[in-house]
Amino acid sequence: MNITRFFKTIFMLDFVKGFIIAIKQSFKSKKTINYPFEKGKISPRFRGEHALRRYPNGEERCIACKLCEAVCPAQAITIESTEREDGSRKTTRYDIDMLKCIYCGLCEESCPVDAIVQGPNFEFATETREELYYNKDKLLENGDRWESILAANIKADNPYR
Amino acid sequence: MIEYLNILFVETYKILFLLIPILVAVALIVWLDRRVWAFVQKRRGPNVVGPFGLLQSLADALKYLFKEIIIPASANKVIFILAPIITMTLALGAWAVIPFGEDFVLANINVGILYLFAISSLGVYGIIMGGWASNSKYPFLGSIRSAAQMVSYEVSIGIIIINVLLCTGSLNLTDIVLAQKNVWFIFPLFPMFVIFFISALAETNRPPFDLPEAEAELVAGYQTEYSGMMYAMFWLGEYANILLMCAMGSILFLGGWLSPISIYPFDLIPSPLWLIFKIIFLFIVFALVKATVPRYRYDQLMKLGWKIFLPFSLLWVVITSGYLLYFNLLPVTLP
Repeated sequence: MNITRFFKTIFMLDFVKGFIIAIKQSFKSKKTINYPFEKGKISPRFRGEHALRRYPNGEERCIACKLCEAVCPAQAITIESTEREDGSRKTTRYDIDMLKCIYCGLCEESCPVDAIVQGPNFEFATETREELYYNKDKLLENGDRWESILAANIKADNPYR
Repeated sequence: MIEYLNILFVETYKILFLLIPILVAVALIVWLDRRVWAFVQKRRGPNVVGPFGLLQSLADALKYLFKEIIIPASANKVIFILAPIITMTLALGAWAVIPFGEDFVLANINVGILYLFAISSLGVYGIIMGGWASNSKYPFLGSIRSAAQMVSYEVSIGIIIINVLLCTGSLNLTDIVLAQKNVWFIFPLFPMFVIFFISALAETNRPPFDLPEAEAELVAGYQTEYSGMMYAMFWLGEYANILLMCAMGSILFLGGWLSPISIYPFDLIPSPLWLIFKIIFLFIVFALVKATVPRYRYDQLMKLGWKIFLPFSLLWVVITSGYLLYFNLLPVTLP
């Protein structure tokens, strides 16, 4: 053991140095946020809770092409469709099993009419399993609730699509 | 008969008067520990329950109270249940002799420091019993480690205490504090204070010496099989022990309840507050050490205890006694 190492050891110089750094760091600004009261900024591309959007006139965007159902790697989406009186094809059933979903965003990407989107909401925890089997009503309701933010996000992300 | 009852009630009242503040202090100190730890890591720490999160420990205690206590089928039930009770009782019992002021002590016994030392040595039984009665490999390994570690570091703490006793000539804690009226023992005995502090870390299983509960190796050490309130009692006992070690450090080296300089503005602060300030100061250093240093390896721990601290503190006993003898400063006259 050489002499500098010896003095370093008995006077615990390394420890003292680390200790001073620890004290200095503890007075610096905090890097975390008060979560339920403050929330971090999220990107327009954020892939949160799903929503089904409508056109401004209230018509559902979804045309039941079933691309999202086909592309879904977790097979979380179930769609059944029928022809309406006016000849347009619409869904009669649009279910997403949010427990199966892996939030990859492929459904949103595959949608030709921007009907199914993933919104900015990530706080949809429930107390029972059944509440997370989303059906068409729930998804449309989500779309109505978040429409303004969803439209803004899609617009903001448009140049990169 | 009435007289005895009267004494019983008065003593019970006194004990409660000491015990309840200590339990509250333990709860607050857990919060302080987490908070300091968070601050070093630039986090916010618990700050939601109550003002500044002060009531966090209370919320945790409530949670533990409502949790199920699981006793493993293969455990030795009596000892399993007894272990946390012993840990906590011993940790709280030791507070009886801590003087908060000149006449502000529950039991002013003449062998106070010996009592403290004995009680803190007994603390290892709670851990051994807990680890053994769990009848499971990780708790068992944890308790073996803990026993070896606590026994090793008690030796050096004992010899450090001899250093202080040489300077005071009394085992009474009040006398030890009063002997520091002119100069706190931290100044002449600074190396001993450092060794005492490190040994106290090892004695209370705090990081960097928290090998008995090293989560990467032993899950949670001797606490692995415990749940609910029994786990909380281990926890309470541990923190009460840490507080006790801080109190011991401030009494032996930092002048207990004495104010740093006995001039006008400092004299106005009541003596118990000074002791509390010193305990909090030492505890914050404890917490900062926890946040700073990585865990020791077990052989390094043993080497530090037996090959460095023990010879060094023994050497210091020789130096102290030689110095006191040569300059004729011994507090008691030799026969």
